[in-house]
Amino acid sequence: MDLSMARASPLVWNDPQAGRFRVARRSFTESAILREEYERIFDRCWLYLGHESELPKPGDFVTRTIARRSVLFTRDAKGQIRGFFNTCPHRGAQICRERKGNAKSHQCFYHGWVFGADGALKSLPGRESYGPQFSEQGQADLVPVPKLEAYRGFWFLCFDRNAETLADYLAGAKAWIDLIADQSEAGMAVVGGTQEYQIRANWKLLTENSIDGYHAINTHATYVDYLKNMKGGLSPVPFEGTGYDLGNGHAVIEYKAPWGRPVAQWIPLWGEDGKRELEAVYQRLCQRHGQQRADRIAFLNRNMFIFPNLVINDIMAITVRSYFPTAPDAMQVFGWALAPQEENPWARKFRLSNFLEFLGPGGFATPDDVEALEQCQRGYEAMKEAPWNDISKGMNKARADYDDELQMRVFWSEWQRRISEGQSPRAA
Amino acid sequence: MMKDVQSVTREQVEDLMFLEAELLDEWRLREWLALFTDDGAYYVPTTDCAPDASPDSALFYVADDRFRLEQRVERLLKRTAHAEFPRSKTRHLVSNVRIRSRGEQELQVGAAVITNRTKMGLTETYIGSYRYRIVAGENGLRIKEKRCLLDMDGLKPNGRISIIL
Repeated sequence: MDLSMARASPLVWNDPQAGRFRVARRSFTESAILREEYERIFDRCWLYLGHESELPKPGDFVTRTIARRSVLFTRDAKGQIRGFFNTCPHRGAQICRERKGNAKSHQCFYHGWVFGADGALKSLPGRESYGPQFSEQGQADLVPVPKLEAYRGFWFLCFDRNAETLADYLAGAKAWIDLIADQSEAGMAVVGGTQEYQIRANWKLLTENSIDGYHAINTHATYVDYLKNMKGGLSPVPFEGTGYDLGNGHAVIEYKAPWGRPVAQWIPLWGEDGKRELEAVYQRLCQRHGQQRADRIAFLNRNMFIFPNLVINDIMAITVRSYFPTAPDAMQVFGWALAPQEENPWARKFRLSNFLEFLGPGGFATPDDVEALEQCQRGYEAMKEAPWNDISKGMNKARADYDDELQMRVFWSEWQRRISEGQSPRAA
Repeated sequence: MMKDVQSVTREQVEDLMFLEAELLDEWRLREWLALFTDDGAYYVPTTDCAPDASPDSALFYVADDRFRLEQRVERLLKRTAHAEFPRSKTRHLVSNVRIRSRGEQELQVGAAVITNRTKMGLTETYIGSYRYRIVAGENGLRIKEKRCLLDMDGLKPNGRISIIL
């Protein structure tokens, strides 16, 4: 479809007076819009690359596909974290074909060029057949990602050289990342094992779903049944909380919930020993952060979204999730578990057990989310006749509840701003 | 009371595994659950962790103790298990069954498996191997642990393990 046609009617319809916020379903289906999303969003925004704990030692590396590009995320011999495009400057082959490992250098198997973990060309087979200045000024080195910055151990890259700093980009989300990072004295770390899966649905559906407090009671009825059946049942905590706009398209919901939290909300299943463990975790939080902040860290849950495709959910466990569209109706999803490095084996076991109960494609909840997303995508086949999604819930309130849809409106408003930026009036 | 497993033949083990596959494919999940010991466990590790990794220290897709396995079965039999409503059609093809080692009271069994799941006009395939720990109880052979190792790079395009592999 021609782009001007794609823009003939609005993609986002915001009418605060009528209390109505709608999104055109073609936003989820059209190839022209996906192309725009890559150019205007994924090529310009800060994108999550990985966590520093994945590269504890010099030479450690992981390879990761970020907005279609293969990226080598590595720690060089001096301990500095680096990001390079995983493509040989010679003829383009991927120089590293392993998912993760440790290597002082990487050799392209095609013609044998060798690069250090700092990206510098180390060895050039047939050097005598090249001119003396051939590899000067980094001309034959690996190409670094244009921008690479970190906040509290979370590393992001940006393909736009002119982008604002990561700190400015993260805006209000920084204070909420602090609430995760502050859970540990030694630093948070990614636990081994990646949940990697594909969903046959538009990527924005997962954004909505990841921060949707409204769907839980229906979609996750069997998870709630499960919690009730657990030994000792749940703690007597009702679901209640608030949604917040964090700026730049980032949003969060913060709420109380009855499930156990390894930092640090006890449930009867964890027994008296567990109660003592969690009390100790809680006391240390209080010592470090004061009781008010400790209570917030320990007893409140947070589903946080960082525009455009990073979710950090600090719920019954902590999951870090990023996802990229491969087609209007398909996305690749990566899910990791994050935990305090100093956590003892007892707490780690319960954390991972908690994680799997709810989260991930084999859990008691995520498969039903995947089903919901794929069912929505199917529903959009009728978009000509049934053209709109509605996300108006809570528009009439001064303060959005955790199960309102403020956070989705935050996302869609930023999405709309970026997609239509610089468009001619006719097209916008 | 556990019995000696020295005289158990591969054919007996295969009978157990083929019965298991049939029960799963016919959605007779409570009968399937009865094939497990009272402390039985079912694991599906993620595809980038070691085959013998522990779910206590690595992120899996599935790590069910007996309680959670019972809950998984009960969940899947409900209409509100949306991912499996309406139920998918599945076929577990189990092959290459081999007794890998024989302890006094426990057999270590390996097998290859391909499971097809069809729902809403789409068929998805899960490819992998099984690692079983099998014991002999009063009522015949029972599964103490079932571990499904996927020979895949993540769950692509499957997107979920909403059935039992």
